[in-house]
Amino acid sequence: MTLRKYLVILSVVIFSPAGDAFLARGMKQVGAIDVHHLLHLIAAVANPWIILGIASLMAGMASYATALSFADLTYVLPATAFGYVNMVLIAHFWLGEHISLVRWAGIVLIVMGVGVVARGPSRTGETGVAVAASSAQEEGE
Amino acid sequence: MRLLYTWICILITVGAAAAGDVFIALAMRRIGDLGELSHMKGVGAAILRVLSSGTFLSGIAFMAIAFFSNLMGLSWADLSLMGPATASLTFLANALGAKFFLGEDVDRRRWLATIFVCAGVILIARS
Repeated sequence: MTLRKYLVILSVVIFSPAGDAFLARGMKQVGAIDVHHLLHLIAAVANPWIILGIASLMAGMASYATALSFADLTYVLPATAFGYVNMVLIAHFWLGEHISLVRWAGIVLIVMGVGVVARGPSRTGETGVAVAASSAQEEGE
Repeated sequence: MRLLYTWICILITVGAAAAGDVFIALAMRRIGDLGELSHMKGVGAAILRVLSSGTFLSGIAFMAIAFFSNLMGLSWADLSLMGPATASLTFLANALGAKFFLGEDVDRRRWLATIFVCAGVILIARS
């Protein structure tokens, strides 16, 4: 893993939760959508916060696709898991949502889970065996 | 009723997002390291190569379904429920997808991580 690759993963961690937070802010302005008026969901896309959210999610998506071009799906997902923590922090400090202790505990468990999985080769599988071997060698150095 | 709708949205989001992730990962695995590709052929060619992949576009279509389902859920529930719940359940579905469709080595450590993540989701959902 080079610095460039770490920066790609960092971009996912920043842009994706920011996008979700912008969407949540936008949807709070739009209000609850009735199941009988699903077309209102399309109209919600005109909200500036929703537009900003979509732009941020697209940046996150581009970084995510780039990360998947050099690492496993089951490596990229845990590696970008700190995005969830960012998301809860944004929800708490910017959107003013109440985060209970139990919910914080849930977040800690998720982060522990993804922390466990991140300590392995970045590429395995049919086309990734050689890459897995080389990244294991990198870790050993 | 609102809680039931929220969980239906979460399940649709998870299913579609996992399918999207598997398709996109498969496409990117076939294309290879984008950094090297853009270094050799230019950024434009690399972007074109990704956007002309049918597998990638199928993944994006599933992601679009997940996006609107997530948006719908956000109109009923807090981001701090929707966000972690969909993200971590998608992680579980992705581990299965990566093992069976992408041939990734999902070993004991990765399954242990999945148990942590699911326990986390249960705590989030109960609070």
